[in-house]
Parts: sequence; structure tokens; C-alpha cells
Amino acid sequence: MMPWRMGEGDPQRDSEGRLRNLLSIEGLREGEIIEILDSAESFLGLGERTVKKIPILRGRTLVNLFYENSTRTRSTFELAAKRLSADVLNIAVASSSAAKGESLLDTVDNLLAMQVDGFILRHPEAGAAHLLARHLGERAWVVNAGDGQHAHPTQALLDVFTLRRLAGPISERVVVILGDVLHSRVARALIHALSILGCPQIRVVGPRTLVPPELHSLGVHVWHELEPALAGANVVYALRMQRERMDAQRLPSLEEYHRRYGLTAARLRLAAPDAVVLHPGPMNRGVEISAEVADGPQACILDQVTHGLALRMAVLARLAGGGA
Amino acid sequence: MASVWEVSTLLDALQRDLQARIDPQSWAMIGIYTGGVWIAEELHRRLGIVTPLGQLDISFYRDDFSRVGLHPQVKASNLPFAIDGARLILVDDVLYTGRTIRAALNEIFDYGRPEQVLLAVLVDRGLRELPICPDLAALRLRSNPDDYVKLRGPQPLSLEFVQHPATEQQP
Repeated sequence: MMPWRMGEGDPQRDSEGRLRNLLSIEGLREGEIIEILDSAESFLGLGERTVKKIPILRGRTLVNLFYENSTRTRSTFELAAKRLSADVLNIAVASSSAAKGESLLDTVDNLLAMQVDGFILRHPEAGAAHLLARHLGERAWVVNAGDGQHAHPTQALLDVFTLRRLAGPISERVVVILGDVLHSRVARALIHALSILGCPQIRVVGPRTLVPPELHSLGVHVWHELEPALAGANVVYALRMQRERMDAQRLPSLEEYHRRYGLTAARLRLAAPDAVVLHPGPMNRGVEISAEVADGPQACILDQVTHGLALRMAVLARLAGGGA
Repeated sequence: MASVWEVSTLLDALQRDLQARIDPQSWAMIGIYTGGVWIAEELHRRLGIVTPLGQLDISFYRDDFSRVGLHPQVKASNLPFAIDGARLILVDDVLYTGRTIRAALNEIFDYGRPEQVLLAVLVDRGLRELPICPDLAALRLRSNPDDYVKLRGPQPLSLEFVQHPATEQQP
């Protein structure tokens, strides 16, 4: 057994209750989320400078350990770490040791022997980041960059950061989440973050196979028809439709899905006139979102990318820095 | 013992000394958040410096980050002029260990290579930990680490100096 000395068995916190790892939105306090968003605000301005680098993580070594492909998440974490002056090791395990059968913890032990300070982990198995945090104890910290269908906390934080900046106070906004909510770690993390920040109404919309009525237990309103769900919405969050769902026969076809649930310009007009559109990327144009909406004035999808970089800098600075 | 100084007379002294050394047409001024910006705003106006005032938040450049972590609300540094080749007056309220000025110089050099930098401070309270010396200081205090020297503001500005009871007894 590894020595385990985190406070109250919460693997996100150290023995003094401070945030040590970022594994999921659940368990974060509202004040902590707001502090992270505020410091992301500070980092946003850095991107406009000629020299975009600041010295606060100089000399630290971070590992981007990715067992699944994700160009956007991996590259924004890499850039975030580099702009904080950390050294970054990028390891795409799908193409290396996992193929040779080396386990996650063996790989991590090898990296620890190289004296790294923190891990950014993307893994197809739910709970992988928690497992890693427990294994590491106080030797290094972990950011969960997506584990199976479980959690993706930095995505949810960048989403609420984008909403706070572009859609106004979350405590006064009606948010529609559209698509495969059942299998989406993005949706799950976002629902938790919105709830903690006091969002008054979260509506989830999609076919019964992907948005089952049991989701009600998360404190959201479940809809199976898109048009009525859009009425009065301030935010429409379209989820990426995974092609695997067709194979699992949860959907008849992508065309059929687009006909009933695709976010088109005509449907978007049913929402509030200044409603904003978000999408975690990569988009399937013509499936969950039409090209017209994706490229239209209400889309904040590229802002999410810019905000994601600043937000990830805030998270890395928080975990790697001392103090509160 | 507590003393409060009238800041406007200290500003008069800084203004006089700066007028003798700089040309308001060709020099730029940068204030360090928070107190340094208050002082710089006043000096910038009084001297009639042509380029807009720059503001610097040095939180990202502090040398104690790994010990105390990041301040959650860092103001955006704003240097609305080219640093390359510029002549700069760097303004802070209280000069103490010198670490803030070290951080400020590092940040300024991330924007470019100034031709010259002058350091102007309202108070130099001594106790330096780095080899940094002000070009202009309106007031020089002999202080102890436990003493308290603080500029309050922005309106009105007042400078407070509270000597720690234990150190006050010393000759």
C-alpha cells in the first residue's frame, strides 16, 4: 500500500484540505472555482503580449500523459505549461508502451524516477486519474484531462469561464445541453460546475437512448424535443455526436439525428436573441450543429479554445504553486 | 509611535527632482500596482509626460511564488508604448527589500530593451536584500523589519509609518 495521507480520504486534497489534484468538479467549493476563474482572467491578458511567457513554473517538469488522442486538450495543456515556463514531456501512450502491455502505474513510476512534478492524464478508463492520484500520494500532482465517461474538469471550468465572460452571470442564465448527455464526461462535468455556480435552470435535450429520464437525478430538466427546450435559453451547448453510438444502435442515422436535434440557424432563433452557442470540439458540421451556426455570430467555440488555454494556466499555477 | 506624512509635499519633492532630470516629451512612466500607480498617476499629470502612463502588476514575476502561490486577482500589466529604446521612470511607493523592483525589471525586459530606467520612489525604508538603489526618493526612513510603512489611498493619499514597540526603544 502507498502511504496515503490526504485529508478525509479526498484524493483531490492534501492533509490540510488544500486542492492538490484536479480530478473532478464534484467536491470543489464554489469559492475555489471562482478563484480559478479569476486567475484565468489574469492569464488571458498574457496572450496579447509579444512575450507570452512568465517565469512562475520555471524548473518544473510536467508530463502530458495521453492514452487517447486529443489534439486540442493536449496542445492547450502543453502551451499553458510552456507559457508558465515549465518543461513539458508529451507522451502518447496509445502508440508506445501500452501497446507493449506496460500498465499505467508502471509507466508513471518510470516517469517519477525522472523526477517529474506533475501529470496531466487523459485515459479511456473512468477513475484512472483517481487511481493515479492515490498511487502518487504527495510525490506529484495530477490533473484529470478526461477519464472515460467520468469527468473532464478543465473542460467544464473553461466552459463556465467562457459563459461568465460572454453570457453574463451564470446565476441568471438558462442553459440547454444538447446531445449525447448520457455518455459525455463533458456534459457531466459541466452540469456539476453550473450547479455549483447557481445556474437556475439546466435543460438536457436529446433522444431517449442518449438522454434518459433518469438524468433528472442530476438536478436537470430532461427534454426529448429540441424546439420547445430552446425557448428562452441563454446558452446552447451542443455536444459532439460520437459515431460509435450509431454502431451501438442508439441512433438510427446521423442524418436522422441532424433532422431532429441538429442546431440550425432556424432553431437557434427560438432561443433568446443574444444566446451564445458553445461546443467542446471537434465539431461534426451537419450533425449536431450546422455550419451556419458554427461560423455564425453567436458561436463562441473559438473563444472556448482561447479561454481554455488561460484556464489551464490557472489550474497548473494553482496546483504547482504553494500557498492556498 | 505612529507618524503620518503629507504625501503632497513628498510629491512636490519628487516632481522637482524629476523635472531637473527628464524631458516630458521623450520619457515614459510606469507605476507598479497598487501604490506605485497612485503616485505615478499624480507625477505623470504634474510633469506633463506625453506618452500614456504604464501600469505593472508584478505578481507573475514574484520570487516567492513556490512558497505563497498565486494571488487570485492579478491585474493586467499595461504598457501602452514601445519598450525598445524607451527612457523609463519606474515608480513605486515604498522601496524595501528590492524584490519588487527586481521583478518589475524582469517583466519590463520581457516587453523589450529600454534605453534607460530611472527608479523613483516615495519612500526608501532601507533593509535591502538585493543590490537595488533608487535614483530618486522623496523620503528616506531608518526602519526595522517589524515596522509598518504603508501608503494609503487613492484619495486622499497618506503615508503611514508605525514603529514596532520593541524596536522603538532602541537608540
